[in-house]
Amino acid sequence: MKKRTILKNNFLYLLPICFFLALWELSGHIAQTPLFPPFSKVIIEFQFLLSNGILLQSLGASLARVLIGYILGSLAGLFVGILMGVHRVVEQSLSPLISILFPIPTLGWLPLLMLWIGINEALPITLIFICAFFPVAYNTVTGIKGVEEEYVKTARTLGASKWFTLRHVILPMALPNIFTGLRLEAGMVWRTVIAAEMFAIPTGIGALLTNAETLIRVDIILVCLMLLSMMCSIFERVFLWLEHKLTGAWR
Amino acid sequence: MPSIHLRNITTPYCLKNVNLDIKNGELIVLLGFTGAGKSTLLNVIAGLTEYRGEVFFNQKNMNNIPTEKRDVGYLFQDIYLFPHLNTYNNIAFGLRATVCPADQITNKVESILDLLHIGHLKKRYPRDLSGGEKRRVGLARSLIMEPKVLLLDEPLINLDPVTAGNIRKEIKAIHSRLNLTTLFVTHDFDEARELADRIAVLVKGELKQQGMVDDIFYQPVMEIRKFIAIN
Repeated sequence: MKKRTILKNNFLYLLPICFFLALWELSGHIAQTPLFPPFSKVIIEFQFLLSNGILLQSLGASLARVLIGYILGSLAGLFVGILMGVHRVVEQSLSPLISILFPIPTLGWLPLLMLWIGINEALPITLIFICAFFPVAYNTVTGIKGVEEEYVKTARTLGASKWFTLRHVILPMALPNIFTGLRLEAGMVWRTVIAAEMFAIPTGIGALLTNAETLIRVDIILVCLMLLSMMCSIFERVFLWLEHKLTGAWR
Repeated sequence: MPSIHLRNITTPYCLKNVNLDIKNGELIVLLGFTGAGKSTLLNVIAGLTEYRGEVFFNQKNMNNIPTEKRDVGYLFQDIYLFPHLNTYNNIAFGLRATVCPADQITNKVESILDLLHIGHLKKRYPRDLSGGEKRRVGLARSLIMEPKVLLLDEPLINLDPVTAGNIRKEIKAIHSRLNLTTLFVTHDFDEARELADRIAVLVKGELKQQGMVDDIFYQPVMEIRKFIAIN
């Protein structure tokens, strides 16, 4: 029964995708124009770009930027979020600043950072850092503040120090919120890096997109978009899996 | 086990000059309506709230001793089992926090699981426990720390009568066995009669009467007559 349900769910999940790809293939053949290549042509181009190393090279450049910026931004966001969540004075001091800076769209920083940092590797990494920092900090504070004070009191009556309580009560209970921030930004950082590469950096998937647009190579553009979609999805699913692994047993 | 002496305990908006002496190993029931200040008084003893006045354990003034060093076991009304820890780890929490050796933790947790007959629950998370099971786990988590004082804040509230009766008997048995100085908060007079060595009645933040169970029942002060009638 369970196996049948899984098969049915997979079928329902895959059916619209198969239908979409079939429609795309058919439309591409009917259109007969390089501006709308069929799905099969995009796959052939995907294989070609993969075999000559261009795709992996571009993906590697983007991935490195995403990982460095995302890890640094998330760690900084966690650190500041924990400080704000635990110390009222820090929260009161930083809250107004974060409230002002958080609503600015990440790409809004691009012109300013191009002037301040210049066009180099630090630019997309800084943008991704900003992209990850604010939501992770915000969700960490929210998560910590959401832990009922009675749990902390209980821990204290059981002899726990403030540090032990933070590590073993507050942070584990704030994890679902922290993961929400991490997961949402895991996809967003890819969108940010692509935009930064399209505007300012000559390497990476974003740069490949811009070059393809200049050469009117719609098939390459579609390869890049498919890859971007896959990377966003993989990143989000990794965090979904991690969240389930760490909190699934008790939530 | 220490005797507890409360002197002129006053808290903002709640307690007014409460004086109370609890003997070594005594089980005293704090009786009162909702909002009378019963839980606040427990918080004062545990050092969890601001207060004026003095709290003594034996002759030692505890005013400057932080909660984690008062050797107080506290079972809150809503138990507050840590949701991310299973029964075993909830019970072992305090031992780990106070850096108890691992082999001792295992032995102590196993014996407290046996004492409260909850060995079968040790891998379950709080979300999978019934109200009665949660209370037993909470009690085990408090008792494993071998506290000198046990504070129980309406631990049987919202339980069906049978489960409440069983846990009440267990509390009574554990108290007799461990001779713990215990404060038990309730608004149920029958519960108070069954458990108490002595009863103290709080009305709107003031200690109106204290004495043996029969004294309270047969010679209640004016404010308490209504209370007994309702119960």
